[in-house]
Amino acid sequence: MILKPRLEDLKIIGFYLGKIILGLALTMFIPIFIGLSFGEINPILDFAVALEIAVIIGLLFSKFCRTDKDLNWMQGMIVVSLSWIAAMVLSAVPLYLSGHYKSFLDACFETMSGFTTTGLSLVQDLDHLSYAHNLWRHLGPFIGGQGIAIIALSFLLKGTSGAFKMYVGEGRDERLLPNVVHTAQFIWLISIIYLIIGTLALGIAGISIGLKPVNSFFHGACIFMAGFDTAGFAPQSQNILYYHSLIFEIITIVIMIIGSLNFNFHYQLWMGNRKETFKNIESRTFFISSMLTFLIVAIGLNQLGVYPQAIVLFRKGFFQLISAHTTTGYMTVYAQQFITDWGNLALFGLICAMALGGCICSTAGGIKMLRVGVICKALKEDLKRIIMPEKAIIIEKFHHIKEIFLEDKIVRSALTITLAYIVLYGLGALVGMFYGHPFLESLFESTSAAANVGLSCGITSAAMPAALKITYIIQMWAGRLEFMSVFAIIGFLMAAIKGK
Amino acid sequence: MKNNFRLFLIISFFVLLLGPRAAFSHGLSSNELLKNAKQYDGKPITYSGEAIGDVMSRGEFAWVNLNDGENAIGAWVNGILAKEINFTGTYRSRGDILEITGIFHRACLEHGGDLDIHVQTLRKISSGNIINHKLDFLKVKLALILFGALFLIWILTLFKRK
Repeated sequence: MILKPRLEDLKIIGFYLGKIILGLALTMFIPIFIGLSFGEINPILDFAVALEIAVIIGLLFSKFCRTDKDLNWMQGMIVVSLSWIAAMVLSAVPLYLSGHYKSFLDACFETMSGFTTTGLSLVQDLDHLSYAHNLWRHLGPFIGGQGIAIIALSFLLKGTSGAFKMYVGEGRDERLLPNVVHTAQFIWLISIIYLIIGTLALGIAGISIGLKPVNSFFHGACIFMAGFDTAGFAPQSQNILYYHSLIFEIITIVIMIIGSLNFNFHYQLWMGNRKETFKNIESRTFFISSMLTFLIVAIGLNQLGVYPQAIVLFRKGFFQLISAHTTTGYMTVYAQQFITDWGNLALFGLICAMALGGCICSTAGGIKMLRVGVICKALKEDLKRIIMPEKAIIIEKFHHIKEIFLEDKIVRSALTITLAYIVLYGLGALVGMFYGHPFLESLFESTSAAANVGLSCGITSAAMPAALKITYIIQMWAGRLEFMSVFAIIGFLMAAIKGK
Repeated sequence: MKNNFRLFLIISFFVLLLGPRAAFSHGLSSNELLKNAKQYDGKPITYSGEAIGDVMSRGEFAWVNLNDGENAIGAWVNGILAKEINFTGTYRSRGDILEITGIFHRACLEHGGDLDIHVQTLRKISSGNIINHKLDFLKVKLALILFGALFLIWILTLFKRK
């Protein structure tokens, strides 16, 4: 028998949702400060309006649903799920007021793309966007990449056991430290230290390639936030191609790779455990799959002879491959070029890289390296079973922070999520084809949205049908939360309708 | 005669309406170049657009990105020619509209495979200007109304606590 949600359930969900909305409202002071620094009056007003709306809603929820009770699993998942939708809508307000979006749906698409670290964009006339709005676009991935609920965990919900439920709900299930709040704080510490180093590196590189010092560090901060959080937004319409610089591309590649690594892996490296780099199943799988997918891309590009020099082919092909595999979505080619110049084989290589994605417990999307590694190990085990004598005992292990035996439940969990991603990629492609786009292009764009990549072959534009925009929004949301929170909210809605 | 006058009015209306846009689209558009990149590769072309962002000086040359309203394309310009650019498009300014002629590269070997234009001549079609962003009073009103509502809710929550 399905139980109908009680008023108490709604109150608990409302209370924690309110807290998270208040946390989100606080972050709007950052673009207000930037707006003040650059003397951008109207953008400041846009954020003041959005901040006031967010505070009003946050206050209403947290005060009128006030409770001392902690979250259970179902409630935790629903809070996470709803907080991402609330964040999408509230963060879209200042962007929509900027006048750079054709509709409120487009602004919502942009913020969901940002929070989920996807990077698909519907902004109009980006090159004339204010500093405050541009920073907000890039701050979205930085907030969403670490986890919207993690902000609340770190600053607003100290000491609640419900914190772990929200942490898991955001697609993370590994604790770096015994206490989940300390884990969240450590994630922020790592991110902020990298932010300072990355901004300095890109800022100095920017000055050396001819950017004005202010723009150089502003672009540096933006590129770092969207690169480390594998989002792929950039302050200019040409994305990374705007800079026409090898050094900028190299630094960006390093940032993308660092961002796609497991935070647990970062923690081990910080603790001096450098051997983990070579032993961990995720880093090994990432290396092997990068090489294999790059081989496909390189053969595809070579066949068509787009880049006649090997070094040029490597520069373009490798950058795009790493951008796809880390699920960042930075581009040094135009979206149209994927169709006109790159050819089907290279596109297929990119689709594979996007679908596989980065590491678990990182800001990257896609199926994730741990799952791919586990499935490969299981396949190897099964092959051994066929080859070896029947009585032979076959034990397969893998290394991920510690030695782990390959158990059936681990393989089943990896396969279930992998299957869910494949279905999501396929469904998005179907919708794309329904609107008249060819199969490969539809699959490319769908995989890019669902794996939170952000590469586009040109389908994503303000002119695309609203239903396709909504499809991609749902794909980005479900892909980022790794389905559990989405399933929870569907279950909750069904219980509300059919429950007794 | 009456019909001719009507036709003249209609044509004048469209000329006035499309005039500024036509001034912006000298030569090939970015979409045409991107769509038919293979066809134009290595050939001289004319392209026009607004100079955006920073003029990035690289020794004797500079990168200027020109946006024609659809896409921005990088132009590799001699430093002396680049000095003619006074305004570039940002939030605060409308950039100079430039018409360039030069060699189009689908994948420039000199610049790591970038799609670019090596500029031979540069002509300023129209000069850019500083954009005067006037205070939006509608937003001011909205912010004040919301502030009032926020204050009310805060008072209400105080009562609820008591």
